[in-house]
Amino acid sequence: MDVGIVSYGAYIPRFRITPQDIGRVWGSDGDAMSKGLMIYSKSVPAPDEDVVTISVEAARSMMRRCDVSPKDIGALYVGSESHPYAVKPTGTIVAEAIGASPNLTVADLEFACKAGTAGIQMCMGLVGSGMIKYGVAIGADTSQGAPGDPLEFSASAGGGAYLIGSEKVIAKINGTYSYTTDTPDFWRREGEPYPSHGGRFTGEPAYFKHVTSCAKGTMDRMGTKPTDYTHAVFHQPNGKFPTRVAKMLGFSDEQIKLGLLTPYIGNTYSGAVPLGLASVLDHARPGDRIFAVAYGSGAGCDGFDITVTDEIASYRRDAGPTVAQMIERKKMIDYATYAKYRGKIRMKEGGQ
Amino acid sequence: MREVAVIGIGITKFGELWETGFREMGMQAGLAAVQDAKLTAEEIDALYVGNMSAGRFIEQEHVAALIADYSGMARDHIPATRVEAAGASGGLAIRQAYLAIASGQHDIVVVGGAEKMTDISDTISNEIQSSAADQQWECVFGATFPALHAMIARRHMFQYGTTREQIASVAVKNHKHGALNPNAQFQKEIEMGTVLKSGMVADPLGVFDCAPNSDGAAAVVLCSMDKARKYTDAPVKVLASAQASDSLALHSRADICTFEATRVAADRAFAQAKLERKDIQLAEVHDNFTISELLAVEDMGFFPKGQAGKATMDGQTTIGAKLAVNTSGGLKARGDPIGATGVAQIVELVQQLRGTAGRRQVDGAKYALAQNVGGTGATAVVHILGVA
Amino acid sequence: MTTARFWRDNQTRYNLMATRCGNCGKVTFPPRNVCPVCHRKSMGKMKRFQLNGEGEVYSFTVVHEAPSAFEMQKPYVLAMIRMDEGVMLTAQLIDVEAADVKIGMKVKATIRKIGEEGPGGIIHYGYKFTPF
Repeated sequence: MDVGIVSYGAYIPRFRITPQDIGRVWGSDGDAMSKGLMIYSKSVPAPDEDVVTISVEAARSMMRRCDVSPKDIGALYVGSESHPYAVKPTGTIVAEAIGASPNLTVADLEFACKAGTAGIQMCMGLVGSGMIKYGVAIGADTSQGAPGDPLEFSASAGGGAYLIGSEKVIAKINGTYSYTTDTPDFWRREGEPYPSHGGRFTGEPAYFKHVTSCAKGTMDRMGTKPTDYTHAVFHQPNGKFPTRVAKMLGFSDEQIKLGLLTPYIGNTYSGAVPLGLASVLDHARPGDRIFAVAYGSGAGCDGFDITVTDEIASYRRDAGPTVAQMIERKKMIDYATYAKYRGKIRMKEGGQ
Repeated sequence: MREVAVIGIGITKFGELWETGFREMGMQAGLAAVQDAKLTAEEIDALYVGNMSAGRFIEQEHVAALIADYSGMARDHIPATRVEAAGASGGLAIRQAYLAIASGQHDIVVVGGAEKMTDISDTISNEIQSSAADQQWECVFGATFPALHAMIARRHMFQYGTTREQIASVAVKNHKHGALNPNAQFQKEIEMGTVLKSGMVADPLGVFDCAPNSDGAAAVVLCSMDKARKYTDAPVKVLASAQASDSLALHSRADICTFEATRVAADRAFAQAKLERKDIQLAEVHDNFTISELLAVEDMGFFPKGQAGKATMDGQTTIGAKLAVNTSGGLKARGDPIGATGVAQIVELVQQLRGTAGRRQVDGAKYALAQNVGGTGATAVVHILGVA
Repeated sequence: MTTARFWRDNQTRYNLMATRCGNCGKVTFPPRNVCPVCHRKSMGKMKRFQLNGEGEVYSFTVVHEAPSAFEMQKPYVLAMIRMDEGVMLTAQLIDVEAADVKIGMKVKATIRKIGEEGPGGIIHYGYKFTPF
């Protein structure tokens, strides 16, 4: 049975802030940060947006683009490291809001930045085994960076939703391979408002080792090489890392261009590869082959080998906004507004 | 049905009454009315109290028995009943007393109205007022009471070409009247520019388009007409008492520029009183917002729909014109202690019809009307009073 | 605790569920058990369905003095929206500059946080509208 993507949807909040604006407040060189991270602006969620609303927006767009009845969805997973509640699921709200309740299984995933792609793998298993007809996997985040921390220049918000099935598949998933170790380069303890990271430890032994190992492992198993792919999407905590890892693996700038969004919207964490892949699918043509590697700090990597099918020609992409449209639809805000929206200003408890 | 008269009135000053609590206000107004009617406590058959939300304003429910108690009537064990219909609580309390007397059940009934709104922050006070709208389907989505009226104002401007200045002229006129009322919260005239430049509350309405948060109480004594002459040489007759309701949420109406409840209640009242619109010399209407007064005088048929703004701006509702509207200063200048408002309207009409309204007296006042609204027009009460 | 009070209406707030009278066809939102036109004749004939989420601005305001729960958003645009199916509802307009809002403007529903019971309380989600 061919298992693959039946539909997809994406969502990016409208507000943006520049590294220059952040740098100005903290006395760091915003221009240098922008250049070093290859980030020109990052998305900021409105005070009334969170992982639930982002997930629902993406999932509704996904459902509008296809004719699948929400009642045929047998599983729904929301992967995020910024679920609104510590205890109480996100996925149940999303399931209700797309009309998929109550006859399905739902779970929230928290697995660093690859919780969304982990959901895709879980759906592939359930669909492939015939246990369900369709599964939904969502990766979304409203990530936080401590004020003044280098992370604040990149941590942003957005998400992508994928309907996985075996009928009318617009992109067949030929195979997936995960590479998993315990490498603690990034963490947040329960109750802490902001994450911590290992600084330069997040580079070579973490991101680069895992992404290259997973990419090679995936291609070995599929018997492919970089030139076999039309497009490649890599996890993108900044603009530099995916550009460099692509070069290390032998992918060209042209291959990663469509899926590289971090320079414009920042690091959307669990939303990063789902959004990058959505951007590629927005433009993909029948026969295009897509390579994707998601990375989660301390979680490892998920690699995917995907082939776009003829179905995409009749697929209703127009029924939902494209990633490019949402990148274009933006309103710049200053740091004070950003601090207010992200809850970084200490308020009086209990109101008036 | 028996005829009913007003034989006594009492009112406190309206405003921020820091020294006076809820029960003291109620007692002051009640005793003043009873004294005015030259009654003894034993002659009172029942008490009705108009109050919107003492439970939330001062965390005190069961206020009818409380007012009866503090007015010294606990040992008389009279029936004491609270009446609630948001902003129309006072007018509705009067109507309940009217019905009780007209039916023959009671002969003499005291009606009080009171609200203590300034013991809590303005923000919370405003939230409580907003609960007169549909909490679940309006307020939860960010609707406030001013916001709902602002949407009425915007639609009125869109449908009828009403101007911002015409709407503001209601506040200018009511402050002018309020300056003549020693019990008014604001006794200072204002200029058009003051209204237009006031801080925005809900666009297009600014601070001076909104009635204030007020403390205050008012009371009247109603009596069957056949007994009224025993207490006063100048009873004022209740010629009509009418009430109507409508959907709670503004968005459930076909047209938000008309309060159908006001229109229906006014039609019923004029039919009962057997009077024409032109017979009325003065009206106290529910100007909780400037736009509300325009709706009120249009919906009751004093001006064609869409014409009240121009008429108000031209002075056609100022004291001295054929129809004087809100001679007391209205909710805007006299103040709006919610439960007291509908009762205070009747107090003003009685003073005018007795010819004791001082500097704001409408010459030759013979017939007068009061319109009291709850929520965004979900309840409307209209009374017509006349010289007996 | 208002958890149950909100939960009861979640379907309507998430998915704009309305009712259509099986007798006269009148649409009501939020759902009702009795048609305001047909009264008793509509009993048992009120059919639930989902509004298509599109409509136009009937009137609007910009709220500057906000309830405490909306402090973070002020000033915000509040509108009465006439839905394609004819019913009207009240909701916030978002992702739009106040100066650009006009009566008659086409809008569509989206989902947002509409409130929360303090930082430790339940979060309420529901419809807000964005321009087309």
